[in-house]
Amino acid sequence: MTPVATPFFFYLISGIAIVSALVMITKVNPVHSALALIVTLLASAGLYLMLYAPFMAGVQIVLYAGGILVMFLFVMMLVNIEHLYVEKKWNRQSLLALLGALSLSGLVITALVRGAHTLPQHTIALEESTNTQGIGRLLYSATEGYYVFAFEVASVLLLVAVVGAVVMAKRRV
Amino acid sequence: MIPYILQYLHSDVTPGEAGNVFWMVVYVLLTFAGVSIGVIFMNWFERKVMAHMQVRLGPMRVGPHGLLQPIADALKLIIKEDLTPASADKLVFWFAPVCVVMTAFCTFIVVPFGRTHAITDMNIGVVFMVGVSSLGVLGVIMAGWASNSQYPLLGSLRSGAQMVSYEIAMCMAVVSAVMMTSMSGEGTLSMIRIVEAQLHQHVWYAFEFFPVGLTALGVFSIAMIAETNRAPFDLPEAESELVAGFHTEYSGFRWSLFFLAEYAGMMAVSAVAVTLWLGGWLRPFPNWLGGARWDTVFSLAPGLTFLLLAALCVIYTVRMAALRVMRANAIGLAAFGAVLGLVGLVCLLPAVRVRVQDIYWFVVKVGFFMYLYVWYRSTFPRYRFDQLMKVGWKVLLPISIAVVVLTALVGVRDELFAMVWR
Repeated sequence: MTPVATPFFFYLISGIAIVSALVMITKVNPVHSALALIVTLLASAGLYLMLYAPFMAGVQIVLYAGGILVMFLFVMMLVNIEHLYVEKKWNRQSLLALLGALSLSGLVITALVRGAHTLPQHTIALEESTNTQGIGRLLYSATEGYYVFAFEVASVLLLVAVVGAVVMAKRRV
Repeated sequence: MIPYILQYLHSDVTPGEAGNVFWMVVYVLLTFAGVSIGVIFMNWFERKVMAHMQVRLGPMRVGPHGLLQPIADALKLIIKEDLTPASADKLVFWFAPVCVVMTAFCTFIVVPFGRTHAITDMNIGVVFMVGVSSLGVLGVIMAGWASNSQYPLLGSLRSGAQMVSYEIAMCMAVVSAVMMTSMSGEGTLSMIRIVEAQLHQHVWYAFEFFPVGLTALGVFSIAMIAETNRAPFDLPEAESELVAGFHTEYSGFRWSLFFLAEYAGMMAVSAVAVTLWLGGWLRPFPNWLGGARWDTVFSLAPGLTFLLLAALCVIYTVRMAALRVMRANAIGLAAFGAVLGLVGLVCLLPAVRVRVQDIYWFVVKVGFFMYLYVWYRSTFPRYRFDQLMKVGWKVLLPISIAVVVLTALVGVRDELFAMVWR
């Protein structure tokens, strides 16, 4: 079977992701921004598929594109759009932004140049057909890693966000 | 080229697994054409069944017993003027029906009509189906928002809340079925392997751990009605309150896309229910009426069904009033019956029937669920919105979580007993 993960598809999907991310931050209308963000998320699900990680792609679609963004849109539909056109879209912190961008690109370039020695040369080719089972084993199997505790601790973070949202919503009543 | 095409015929996997592009395209076209024909048929069937349940005749004028009514409706919809409201968000308004139809049809990529009769088999089959069908709500929300009008906005708000809250109960029920697959070897999310696990365990998951599997199927079959916005949960398009809900501003061809997507989505979730709990393409009574002889008897079923339909056509042709105006109808019905009879005879051939029976049993089971949809619609009154939310969050969700916990407990019961009695 010929592999689907050809450079053509990589550049296509990455291009879609980058363009829709740019559309997302430049659009004034928040609903348009959210729709562009959905395209970005779906494109990154495609990137997961190219890495032979179908389970991650599925979760990306279910959780982000299907769940969280629906809630986003749900709230945004009720926002009054007219006053958003009056508000300033870009703030004036260009010096700080330049500093941030430079340091980030410096980090990436350093990683690319120096990383050849420290990082592994090739990634482990995970078999696509056993990807889901592999994740399950990493989570629950006592012999192959027992990440379920770390996983649950991370999910407490989300619980904190839920509690915070409830507290903030309660205060106004 | 020719050897490439013929080479697939000797394999016994889906075209996606074989990596054969030609047959993939053929299967995609066949599946999508089949789904579209199914939608057209459902349109006629629903109106006819509901009419008879309400002691009416239903469509009778276009073709014999209204058989050509859906085609007439489709023609009318295509010719009808396609309006876009002046204050609508043009791009989003245009994209909403496209998004709905795309997601509804995409789910059929992994639906297994038989061991080899699926477009492809994915490692994440069930997650893919649930995920892609949950993207359909985006189209509904986009349609409601882009119309820039009160009724559609309220309709899409309702549908967003409804679909998000019923999805949770639905996914929990799916989890319980997926856990059952791990009872024989390694668990799996792939649609084809789930059916094969039921084959190896000699049980449909509706009857596994007796009340548990059936409860999961019950939860799923309630949640899937809410998920597809059908009566009695059709609040997003409640006519008496919201005119037509989220597609109030749509007309003509774009409205028909919403219609197409609704029925394709109904078939998709029914296909999930059939695959997970009712043994997919497996024939009924594999244990009670097992053995090679019964296999042969059951493989005659598709041909006999077509012959029965042909006989019905003949009976109704004979009973039709001998008037001049009815002559075209009578000839048409007789010709339809002849075609059905021919198909039935072809399906009786040994070479054909072993390949057709998988598809037949799958379609029959999905058809049963589609009939239930119609039955519910003409039986139950519509829920109020707060009642809908109460059912979703306070009844279905706790039951589905309990089902997951019970499945896990019953699944490891031997280990549990061993731990207690040690």
